[in-house]
Amino acid sequence: MTPPDTTPPAAFEWRSIQRGRRLRPLEWLVERGIFAVSLSAIVMVFLIFLFVAREALPILFGRMDSSVAQEQMTVEEMKALPEAEQARLVDMSLRDFREEDPETIELLLEVKAEEMQTIPDDPDIGANTVSWRYLVFPHQWTGYDQPEYIWQPVSQIHKYNIVPLFIGSLKATLVALLFAVPFSLGAAIYVSQLAAPRTRELLKPVIEMLAGIPSVVLGFFALIVMASVLQDFFGYQSRLNALVAGLALGIAIIPVVFSIAEDALTSVPRSYTQAALALGSSKWQAAWRVVLPAAIPGVFAAVVLGFGRAIGETMIVLMASGNASILSWDPLDSVRTVTATIAAELAETVFGGHHYRMLFLLGTLLFAVTFVANLVADVVIHRLKKRLEGLA
Amino acid sequence: MKYQKLLTLAAVLVAAPFAQAGQITVKGSDTMVILGQKWAEVYMKKFPQTKVQVTGGGSGTGMAALQNQTTDLANSSRPIKPKEVAECIKVFKKRPTEYKVAMDGLSVFVHESNPITEISLPQLEQIFTGRITNWKQLGGKDEPITLYSRENSSGTYEFFKEHVLQGKDFAAAAQTLQGTASVIQSVAKEPKSIGYGGAAYGAGVKHLKVKKDDNSPAIEPEEKNILDQSYPISRYLFIYVNPALDKDEVAAYLKWIRSDEGQAVVKDVGYFPLPPQWRS
Repeated sequence: MTPPDTTPPAAFEWRSIQRGRRLRPLEWLVERGIFAVSLSAIVMVFLIFLFVAREALPILFGRMDSSVAQEQMTVEEMKALPEAEQARLVDMSLRDFREEDPETIELLLEVKAEEMQTIPDDPDIGANTVSWRYLVFPHQWTGYDQPEYIWQPVSQIHKYNIVPLFIGSLKATLVALLFAVPFSLGAAIYVSQLAAPRTRELLKPVIEMLAGIPSVVLGFFALIVMASVLQDFFGYQSRLNALVAGLALGIAIIPVVFSIAEDALTSVPRSYTQAALALGSSKWQAAWRVVLPAAIPGVFAAVVLGFGRAIGETMIVLMASGNASILSWDPLDSVRTVTATIAAELAETVFGGHHYRMLFLLGTLLFAVTFVANLVADVVIHRLKKRLEGLA
Repeated sequence: MKYQKLLTLAAVLVAAPFAQAGQITVKGSDTMVILGQKWAEVYMKKFPQTKVQVTGGGSGTGMAALQNQTTDLANSSRPIKPKEVAECIKVFKKRPTEYKVAMDGLSVFVHESNPITEISLPQLEQIFTGRITNWKQLGGKDEPITLYSRENSSGTYEFFKEHVLQGKDFAAAAQTLQGTASVIQSVAKEPKSIGYGGAAYGAGVKHLKVKKDDNSPAIEPEEKNILDQSYPISRYLFIYVNPALDKDEVAAYLKWIRSDEGQAVVKDVGYFPLPPQWRS
């Protein structure tokens, strides 16, 4: 009699892998760890957005008032007011006000009277310039000949029209994409499809090395060298403008667009190219008419990533765009982008004041713009992929 | 040399019993960071017992730190605003003490090839608000004017806006740069441009003489004219302090800054010393 059949250990292990035996504790731990890390990334993005949006909430819901209108009063007139009114004037709660000693109150009222003297004589002082009406529509301010979109936050009347800033951002980004996309796509097609292996080994890392240039160095280069060369060449009016900033931005995004597009093109199966070549097409025809259409979703993703990087880039535009908040689509005018505005102005704002909250609103809107762009791109990529698979 | 060293040593030895070891923190205006650090450096060499720590961040940041009592002294390139005074009073129960510590004059720069040599304040106002847009209107060549301004977080911007533009907005087309040095660099490269900045800066560009109005004499932005205030665009630089802290080392430091010795440092870093009546 043979003993009951026991599976040999080796076979047992082999089968257990096939069936997915329960994980060993260590493996389980590692798996959970990786999951936690990826989850925390999502949570982090969400928390950052929440924090930025929270600072902008009062403006978003129209609960903030930036009007500078105030009555003119003397200290005696203020003292005659009821306590609650006085407390409001010196910006204290009634309880704090009652506990404060009379000399301090007197001083505070004196200062308040001085503040009232500084209020400009301007019909617009009552305007709540952080309400949406003033944020997105033009308004004819005192001293202007027609309704205009004005971003002048440090001013007697704080003017916060966000339209010129967003147009500025878009303008610089468009110039960057128009410059970078043809270049990087061309390079990607050449490197992945046409180049000899030795050239490819050389070109790929060299282009990707562009990503290693710190953006402040690129901005510096654009400010000192590119601006002068381009102005001498084209002879336009403002030395720093959307064209200079856009070209420098373009250099910054070339490696991003290139390396993703190159990956997409390389991952198209070799058999496609071989089939096209076998049917008598040239190498170029195979690359342009067969491989590129097959890789379109990936190429599109590359362009969208380039867009995101360009619109969020700060240092280059801060240094090379001229930072004038003009509303125009002419690429030869100076631009002020959303990111440069936040970077340049945040340090000097009053914590919790309307200028501070306004900059956070800009950040929130910028976040929303890139998020929507990514979302739309994702949908488009999915559709393209489906169509390609349906045709194949 | 030897005697000098001995003298310094003697001075330190004599001063030592009076000076207490202490730390003074100074925060505020970016315009004044270099000046503040130079003061601190020279002062600490002389009185090694006192440590002076200077940081920038902007005049507004300095005021906020003064209210929160995270700094002893606040540097400011503009006078304190009533709102800031009110915040200080709530904490200190007194107004913060203001010290004028140096003077600065703002120059108006054009390219060296520009034929124009003088300009009046009303003309400047019209140029920078975008009413005058061609050099022809000022008697120059028939060329459009390119404007250079400063970023709106700078004290120089606010001062120019208040005193030259009379509070009006800068033209939207004015390009804003991060510092007086970049304004000068850009103006030096562009024949059609005009910019403004600290008077002490500026090789490679032409400083215009400024007239208070069309009928007054044109004044050059020189030390003499800035000190007697005949040059129309000059300002004081300030230090603010909580009156309760204005004693011992802090008071000694503030006194030294306004002494002839402290004022000599001002000239070294490119501002203008105080007129005698403000010195200690």
